[in-house]
Amino acid sequence: MFLYSLLAGFLFGLYFSLIGLGLNLVFSVMRVVNLAHGDFLMLGAFLAYWLFTLFAVNPVPAVAIAFAGFVIVGLPLYYLLVPRLLRAENPEMLSFILFFGLSQVIEAVTTIAFGTSERSIPGDQLGRAVAVVAGLFAGHTVENGPVELLGNTFPASWVASGIVSGCAVLLVYLYLYRTRLGYLTRAVMDNRAEAIATGIDVHRVCAVAFGIGIGLAAVAGVFAPFMLGSITPAMGTEVTVTAFAVIVIGSLGNPLGTAFGGVIYGISYMLMQSYYSSWANVLPYVLLIVILLLRPSGLLGRQVRRA
Amino acid sequence: MARHLLLILLPVVAAFAILPSVYTNHLMLFNFIIFMTLAQGLNVIYGFTGYLPFGYVGFFGAGSYGFSLMVIHLQAPPFVALLIGAAAAVALALLLTPLLRLSGVYFSIANLAAALAVLQVVSNPNLEEITKGPYGISLRGVFNPTLSYGTAVAVLAATLALVIYLRNSHFGMALKAIREDPISAGMAGINVVRERVVAWLLSALIAGLAGGVFAWYVSVFYPETVFSVEFSVFAIVFVLFGGNATVIGPILGVVILYGIYNAVGISTPQYFQLIYGVLIMGLVLFLPNGLVSLLQRWGIDVP
Repeated sequence: MFLYSLLAGFLFGLYFSLIGLGLNLVFSVMRVVNLAHGDFLMLGAFLAYWLFTLFAVNPVPAVAIAFAGFVIVGLPLYYLLVPRLLRAENPEMLSFILFFGLSQVIEAVTTIAFGTSERSIPGDQLGRAVAVVAGLFAGHTVENGPVELLGNTFPASWVASGIVSGCAVLLVYLYLYRTRLGYLTRAVMDNRAEAIATGIDVHRVCAVAFGIGIGLAAVAGVFAPFMLGSITPAMGTEVTVTAFAVIVIGSLGNPLGTAFGGVIYGISYMLMQSYYSSWANVLPYVLLIVILLLRPSGLLGRQVRRA
Repeated sequence: MARHLLLILLPVVAAFAILPSVYTNHLMLFNFIIFMTLAQGLNVIYGFTGYLPFGYVGFFGAGSYGFSLMVIHLQAPPFVALLIGAAAAVALALLLTPLLRLSGVYFSIANLAAALAVLQVVSNPNLEEITKGPYGISLRGVFNPTLSYGTAVAVLAATLALVIYLRNSHFGMALKAIREDPISAGMAGINVVRERVVAWLLSALIAGLAGGVFAWYVSVFYPETVFSVEFSVFAIVFVLFGGNATVIGPILGVVILYGIYNAVGISTPQYFQLIYGVLIMGLVLFLPNGLVSLLQRWGIDVP
């Protein structure tokens, strides 16, 4: 039971860090709070649902489509909203309200277009992808079914979501620490004014970060039908709060911090589910408040933030 | 100040006192009163100190539940229960005062989390004996629409009087100074921490009273009803739309926006949500200080 909760918590934790990853990137680069993060995740989930029901596309290739599609949406959205916002007196606070408005618009348009009914994708779809990949590694065909880890069995969809999330965190890390644009992004994160002074095209860097942030939300959305239950247009707000809890527990800026926050969150959530299930829903909120008050810079944070 | 009391408070209170005899949808009028009270209560903390409490509804819910539990378990008379409900809201605010150490969005997020945590506790099936859990509250014994409506008007009047006082007093000026620059305000001899906490508790008190009256008037409700984040959101948008740190800004916001809500929002909520979202975005991008800032731009001093 304990080991099961620990492992399940780890898998879910990796997924939770994917949920927080995009929000963290946007916030740490441009100090803009994307309250519509959960709604972009919801749109990603709907995209995966259509790709599956209309064209029978497996959720794993849908990840690439969702990411590319939402990066393309994110770039113009950045130029439309953020530069104007950053000229205001108190951009952080105003962004909070602005993106709340955006989240209402997204939710309303989705409801008008598709109604409020719940949708889901059969869980074995991800399992099939896991079986194919495992078959490639093992050299023989692997049967589609639950995956066994250290004597406990888990749905294959959990394992697949966990693996893809882990890869996403690593890729973002490599982007920030091993590419030129990522290097510039970290310069903007550190000190925006100095980045401008050294001649970095801050808007370009921020637009790319914004696009990636929204793309990551959409990728997390592709797995939402398996990890968060059925998808509805109204699911966004709850997801945004979870994402906040994750990035507050981890620390701002560093994607590995977010992964750490996600795993801590996932494991404590699963332990609560196993032992005090009726109180598990209080956990994210209490954890969020306690960590904000005790360690405002997050558990791994070196950077002191204005709090 | 006397002029403001005469020209703003009196007409508003008189309108809500007279309207029930000429207009039959009393529930809608009552909701107008509740939202106007909440918007002004939020104005006290957001407008004057700059802290945006996304979980403001937590105090409203605490007031509702404080009221209801007193009535259910101790058969308290409504007015006593109302005071206890307000005390519950203030107690919650006291418990949350450490949140004031956080700034900007951290405060908002933490406050929202606090309100959601209270909701989860109240609606927890394990506490059914005490709070009735998720199954909701029914207060048939004290149901009295006329008296509770009158009480709501009184609460609104007191709230308006408080905001008018803030708008015209030293205390309100001190709060605005703290909002603009806490360090300079401290240098000027303002007790930053104390004034902030007082504003915080006052705004919680207002929400608690509003919540208690709401519970009394509707008398049957679920935890999700009185802890709905929509209350916070509506109040925030009303204040922003009208203009914060003024007396008539939030009143205008409630009359115009809640009016629109009643016209289109009840039959087709998603279209209203769309209008709402677009309106919020437009406001932030083009009119961040609300409707009254248009007047202020022409040099008119708006109360």
